[in-house]
Amino acid sequence: MTDPQKQDPRKAKLLSIIPGLGQFYNHQVLKGSIFLVLFLAFVAELALAGVRQIVNLITLGSTPMMDNSLFMMIEGTLQILVLVVAIILYAANIYDAGNIAKQANEGKQPSTSLVQMIKNIGDGGFPYLFSIPAYFLMLFIIVFPVLVTLFIAFSNYDFLHVPPAHLLDWVGFKNFTSLFFLSSYRQTFNAVFGWTIIWTVVATTLQLFLGIFTAIVANQDFIKFKRAFGVIFLLPWAVPAFISIMSFSNIFNDSAGAINVQVIPFFNKILPFLHMSLPAWKTDPFWTKIAIIMIQGWLGFPYIYVMVTGILQAIPEDLYEAATLDGASAIQKFNHITAPTIFTVAAPIFITQYTGNFNNFSMIYLFNSGGPGDVGGGAGGTDILISWIYKLTTGQSPQYSIAAAVTLLISVIVIGVSMIVFKKTGAFDLGDD
Amino acid sequence: MARRQKKINEKSAIRNRRVKHFFTYLYMVILAIIIIYPLLITVSSAFKQGNVQSFTLDFNSKWTLINFKRLFTETLYGTWYKNTVIIAFFTMLIQVAVITLAGYVYSRYRFIGRRFSLMFFIIIQMVPTMAALTAFYVMANMLNALDHYWFLTLIYIGGGIPMNTWLMKGYFDSVPYDLDESAKLDGAGNFRVFWQIVLPLVKPMIAVQALWAFMGPFGDYIMSKFLLRSDEHLTVAVGLQQFITNTRDQQVVLFAAGAILIALPISILFFYLQKYFTSGLLSGSTKG
Repeated sequence: MTDPQKQDPRKAKLLSIIPGLGQFYNHQVLKGSIFLVLFLAFVAELALAGVRQIVNLITLGSTPMMDNSLFMMIEGTLQILVLVVAIILYAANIYDAGNIAKQANEGKQPSTSLVQMIKNIGDGGFPYLFSIPAYFLMLFIIVFPVLVTLFIAFSNYDFLHVPPAHLLDWVGFKNFTSLFFLSSYRQTFNAVFGWTIIWTVVATTLQLFLGIFTAIVANQDFIKFKRAFGVIFLLPWAVPAFISIMSFSNIFNDSAGAINVQVIPFFNKILPFLHMSLPAWKTDPFWTKIAIIMIQGWLGFPYIYVMVTGILQAIPEDLYEAATLDGASAIQKFNHITAPTIFTVAAPIFITQYTGNFNNFSMIYLFNSGGPGDVGGGAGGTDILISWIYKLTTGQSPQYSIAAAVTLLISVIVIGVSMIVFKKTGAFDLGDD
Repeated sequence: MARRQKKINEKSAIRNRRVKHFFTYLYMVILAIIIIYPLLITVSSAFKQGNVQSFTLDFNSKWTLINFKRLFTETLYGTWYKNTVIIAFFTMLIQVAVITLAGYVYSRYRFIGRRFSLMFFIIIQMVPTMAALTAFYVMANMLNALDHYWFLTLIYIGGGIPMNTWLMKGYFDSVPYDLDESAKLDGAGNFRVFWQIVLPLVKPMIAVQALWAFMGPFGDYIMSKFLLRSDEHLTVAVGLQQFITNTRDQQVVLFAAGAILIALPISILFFYLQKYFTSGLLSGSTKG
């Protein structure tokens, strides 16, 4: 029986400056070898390709046809991600060396065999093991493309500069300044952005109002056929949105759609004094805007209705009874019990509705392709930012870098607003304190 | 005097109640009509004969099934449907597996980096997938993935992960911790607790998530329009739109028939799983 050898955590950490050595010092040969091999592999990768790729990302190539700036951008971005992962692993390696040494001093045997290691991974590494797939997918499908978009926004990638025939260059904030100051883009941007805000606020507020109102009305005790009404009110959510939008696109057709052929003539017949004329739903931007706001109310209210119904049913009945005894009126009860409960519980959901509509591409594009009309820059009269991006990217003369710049603006706006609201409503309270 | 006053009060209370009932039902009936009317137009159009131009509710024309037959014989609808089901199936399979695993550990374990990564999930969830449209296009070009399903499927999977992991975590949170604590005391390992104790209890949420993941590719228009090129590789959303955007040869009846064949199964699944929606969603989004 010998005393466990005294391990110095600091020494272990210092040794781990070259990954693996600290683990060797802790007698964890296998783990040390894995770290060392990973480290050597990374160094080799860096020497063989990585350094060149980072340099390429900075220069974006020098000879047209030989150097493809776009691919250089992508490979460089990938290399940055590899670098970040390597740094995280490196930090983990140093932390691990110090930690194991400390544990050894406390009399805990470090695991040296493969079996023990697997068992340890099964215990301590379990959460990491289970979340790695999610991370991996997010890294490559969200983070990576967003980074590439970020880079494109600072380049001059457009229909005049298409690699490999042309080289791309970094242009700094030029795309952003043209959006804000260059007359042609500024006009389009202001028009599209203005309508995006109006659309988001009006359409979302309409669907929230309809949803909350319907939930309160339909949740009264005396109502019969509750179940049937419930099913009907859910239909707009149950039917895939793109089908409803395309159907509405037909229904609002100026000359052949049901609204102008059936509904308005019907009202004119039973209420002759109204003299409603037939609006040009698809050819006048004003009426298209009215139509898509109404349709969004139709499409979006069931979700809110279901949420709020759930919240209403969870409010204890005695709360209302106590209020009644105290002589509170129906309006007072609503203002002091119902409304506060709804808004505290559902505020994050409400915010996602706003941000969702801010980027509601399907509604705008499938109803009338962002048209009618033209506000310059390839944008139609009812285009919102996200559908404008789509047109900038897919149009006859694509403006990729401008599209990427708009994308960044959108993301900053959406994330900023959500962060503020989430912070205020305590949605960031992650339940680990 | 007081009694008379009371009687009047009662009378007006009854009248008030009647008025309230009347307007309540009026509102609900009108709303129901507004919801059903457009849906009924699409349904009835699917059974109309010939190539009608108008898109209205009209039960006078003869009912026929010819549109459904034409859909599968004269158009690529069957192929589109099959494509979409394939993409949707793999999206569902992989996404549900990934978010269930991740949601579980975020709910049950406290580990280094947890707080940071949960924040990361919330923030990244706000970036719309299609914001990276240009990047996807460039990537697809580089990987030679234009017109291929695997790339599109991966995008669908990745786009849904942050939000749904978050919801899944919320649902796992609602499963009492005592259960796994006592199982662990009995000597069950991490994996067994997950597989045999907790997982069976979240089946409803898994079903809901599966439905959503499956519906995603059916409802998406922009990504598939952007990344799939050849006619026979399209998904239904893009394909169906061709029937109504081609102004010279508008086929509203074919569109309507095709729409029904998508909406019907999805709506049935939706109502079948609907009872799990409220609880799962609310706990997921509010408890954090």
